[in-house]
Amino acid sequence: MALDEYSKREFTVVGTRPVRQDGIDKVTGRAQYGADFSLPGMLHAVALRSPHAHARIKSIDTSAALALPGVKAIVTSADFATNHDVQSVQDHCLARDKAMYDGHAVAAVAATSAAVARKALKLIKVDYEILPHVTDIETSMKPGAPIVQEGRRGRKVPAHYSDNATGFCEFGHGDIEAGFAKADLIVERTFKTSSTHQGYVEPHACLASVGNDGRADLWCCTQGHFQVRNLCSKMLNMDQSALRVTASEIGGGFGGKTTVFIEPVALLLSQKTGRPVKMVMTRDEVFKASGPTVASMTDVKIGMTKDGRITAGYAHIRYEGGAWPSDTIYPGAQCAFASYDLEAVKSQGVNFLTNRPLQAAYRAPGSPQSTYAVESVVDELCQILGLDPIDARLKNAAKKGTKSSYGPTYDEIGLIPLLEAAKAHPHYSAPLGPNQGRGISNGFWFNFGGETAVSLAIDFDGSVTLVEGNPDIGGSRAAMSMMAAEELGIPYEKVRTIVADTASLGHNEVTHGSRVTFAVGLATIKAARAAKVEMCRRAAMVWGIPAEAVEWENGAARAMGHNAGEHEPMTIEQIGANSSKTGGPIVGHHETMAEGAGVSFGVHICDLHVDPETGYTTVLRYTVLQDAGKAIHPDYVEGQMQGGAVQGIGWALNEEYIYGKDGRLQNAGFLDYRIPVASDLPKIDTVILEIPNPGHPYGVRGVGETGIVPPLAAISNAVSHAIGVRMSELPMSPQRILHAIHSKG
Amino acid sequence: MQYIAPATAKEAASLLHASTGIARVLAGGTDLLVQMKAGMIEPDLIVDIKKIKGMKDITPEAGGFRIGAAVSGTELGDHAGVCALWPGVVEAFELIGSTQVQGRCTMAGNLCNASPAGDAVPAMVAANAIARIVGPDGERDCPVQDIPVSPGKTSLKKGEFITSILLPARPKGSADAYLRFIPRTEMDIAVCSAGVSLTLAADGTCTAARVSLGAVAATVLLVEDAAKAIIGTKLDDASVAKLEAACSAACKPITDKRGTIEFRTEVAGVLARRATRIAQSRAGERT
Repeated sequence: MALDEYSKREFTVVGTRPVRQDGIDKVTGRAQYGADFSLPGMLHAVALRSPHAHARIKSIDTSAALALPGVKAIVTSADFATNHDVQSVQDHCLARDKAMYDGHAVAAVAATSAAVARKALKLIKVDYEILPHVTDIETSMKPGAPIVQEGRRGRKVPAHYSDNATGFCEFGHGDIEAGFAKADLIVERTFKTSSTHQGYVEPHACLASVGNDGRADLWCCTQGHFQVRNLCSKMLNMDQSALRVTASEIGGGFGGKTTVFIEPVALLLSQKTGRPVKMVMTRDEVFKASGPTVASMTDVKIGMTKDGRITAGYAHIRYEGGAWPSDTIYPGAQCAFASYDLEAVKSQGVNFLTNRPLQAAYRAPGSPQSTYAVESVVDELCQILGLDPIDARLKNAAKKGTKSSYGPTYDEIGLIPLLEAAKAHPHYSAPLGPNQGRGISNGFWFNFGGETAVSLAIDFDGSVTLVEGNPDIGGSRAAMSMMAAEELGIPYEKVRTIVADTASLGHNEVTHGSRVTFAVGLATIKAARAAKVEMCRRAAMVWGIPAEAVEWENGAARAMGHNAGEHEPMTIEQIGANSSKTGGPIVGHHETMAEGAGVSFGVHICDLHVDPETGYTTVLRYTVLQDAGKAIHPDYVEGQMQGGAVQGIGWALNEEYIYGKDGRLQNAGFLDYRIPVASDLPKIDTVILEIPNPGHPYGVRGVGETGIVPPLAAISNAVSHAIGVRMSELPMSPQRILHAIHSKG
Repeated sequence: MQYIAPATAKEAASLLHASTGIARVLAGGTDLLVQMKAGMIEPDLIVDIKKIKGMKDITPEAGGFRIGAAVSGTELGDHAGVCALWPGVVEAFELIGSTQVQGRCTMAGNLCNASPAGDAVPAMVAANAIARIVGPDGERDCPVQDIPVSPGKTSLKKGEFITSILLPARPKGSADAYLRFIPRTEMDIAVCSAGVSLTLAADGTCTAARVSLGAVAATVLLVEDAAKAIIGTKLDDASVAKLEAACSAACKPITDKRGTIEFRTEVAGVLARRATRIAQSRAGERT
């Protein structure tokens, strides 16, 4: 059996809850975030941003700004090398010929202080020709809408959509019309969701320093510094190896820090001035110019028999992802029906351009929106047919061997055990009071593996340094230390895991796709196994016996074979101390394109109360059940489950991008972009199920993203039951709910 | 930019009066500093009034309390006498911002920011609070409801600023209450709000009332028809329903990112009704 396949075993370290190794630094302020890096001679940079939603840039006159004492350089899009591979990302960083949205950067100034740089912004004269704009998906899709970018229409896009439609995809199998004909009840509805921002606490920040030899260093807050290196080196026409990127600690990302915004601009300014340049976004800039998730409008049609069997499902999803094409329709269409074992299913996706910032990944990108629509219709079918919503889901749930709606056939998955656990949970049978409602929803996410490289060194005293290349956004250093300790049979405290810069390891895929605990964990286990093989070899050499006669157990090499002879076990400390005499440094390393990331399901239960006179919603009780495969550090698994639920609650109830008729964003701050505050929330209960992933030695599945998929429908279903009206648009703000209550008559 | 912290009110008034550029008064700074950081204003002169004698004092006066212009939310909330006499004003003021903001923010500042959504203002209007103003021509008193004239604008003349606010004495059987609507539980701006102050006779008859609404017009509204609907009644459901209807009828809101005309108009009435019941319950304990 290959080593990366799952085998059942007893764990010593894995599954415990030790203190995270980065925790003390974070609570004492020693940890360095993106804006904490400084260098002698450093300049400060700020961006000039378009006040227009859509405008041609006829000219930019920087002469007066450049004449201001303290201003050292100004860059515009013309300073970038031409590189079609990264044109969209580059144009998003600095507008090329058109400003595409309110807040789009058109130039940037580096000066001796931020105050001087800000003053210089007022002296830059941009001659704009204002163009018609479109910021909402409904207008964007209609023929006659202002066209955001000419020549971007997708080849397979249905004819009735405007030229803002850039892409089309379709998934499914079976004959849906035949399926609908077998149904006792068909429900068809359209659902809408607003753009929501990831809402990370730490704004984007970086420090760039380009040397006279053209070699550069960049420190930044990112989910993937290798990706930052690759994008920036293309935009600046540098060798990848000429740019070393170091990731800072990260104050949240949720997918939104998987691309670049200010980093290439700071590098350009440093290149131009020969001095280090620091650039830090304000909160206003984060909202206006970094990526929110897509807004959506989805039609869903599902047929069901009286006894709860789904006969066919159809979803037509439309996503709006800002001013450049986006592929989020793919996961959106793939995830819509992924929880179900269906004979006939079809899901389609169409992407539309609008004058908004380019969407960025946000936790299970695309899945919450389409799942919200499907799970709302399933709930309504159950309601009309008088079926228990968990029983009906159990009747249709995907399981091992199910051909999924997006193609692949599932291996071991945990949806049925989750639904059974939800049904048995005391929450599901707790009584409800007046004006209260309960909602449930499934959710699915693929999870991912990808390029991964780690290195693990046995130090002279037997302690261990593990070097990985993925920014730690969810406690992954602790999880890696635990897996290394488990494999080596040593205490967790003996392993220190660090996140290395791009010059220290082979390429590591971004921290996204819920991949890190799975893929970096897999590489860590294999690196530790390589180190064990080497340590056994060293012991065998000292003992003068064949390496095959030595096995590793509980932190020591042991002579185990028939003819091995009697030898005291040789501990990791002894082997480390002796390593200079036995062949030098002992390092295990592993590089892989990790595959076998097991898919993940979740089931959420939400109880809430709606004030019938104001439409105000209070979430009373919330339970998350999720399959973790194997929870390495259960605290962080629970944290992911709770965090996903909380972001989903914000998305469902209050969060939205609000654009005025002028195309300007009206709520670019946490005052009017309403993420939940602590007092808005109940304790989020968690139930971790462990259905091992066959593709990981310990059975790990990613857990970071699935948790945000079910909340939208769970909360919408609960509100619908509480007020007696089916809700179909997010956010369910008090006024929208009050309006729905009145519409009941 | 010039920052001056004068020792007397007279000196502060002279500085403000003599200023040729944009001059701003600094007390708690919870509006001013935010506006400066957001790039909304760049004052040429900032006059910090916290060093002026009496600005941080809460002084009993004729059965009521005089609140210095730099008294923070935390300080007012810690004052047992004010909490007992004007619980609605205190609860309104304490809704502003976070714990940190409460350590700095002031009622006078909330009033002079002249937002129709300021939480302390409707409660002060219902309380018939009187602002004391110092200016180049000396001192004058002015009812709180006459200070804001439109969003961001006050009736204060050049060189004038508020030094204190008087919460007046009130008869036995009196109480007040304030409610605001926000989509969250805290850290937000009122979508609409209502302040109610009333006096009950020993038999529960309402003998006096003032009803105010926030965030439903360009300035805080004093709704006399709502007060009339309950004065002389025992606050039976029909009378309170009339109060609710009078409040909704008085609303002249706008639709903006925080709420629609319809929502504000309806919910302002609901809040006024609910605040009336809270004030009634508090007053009933004091008759």
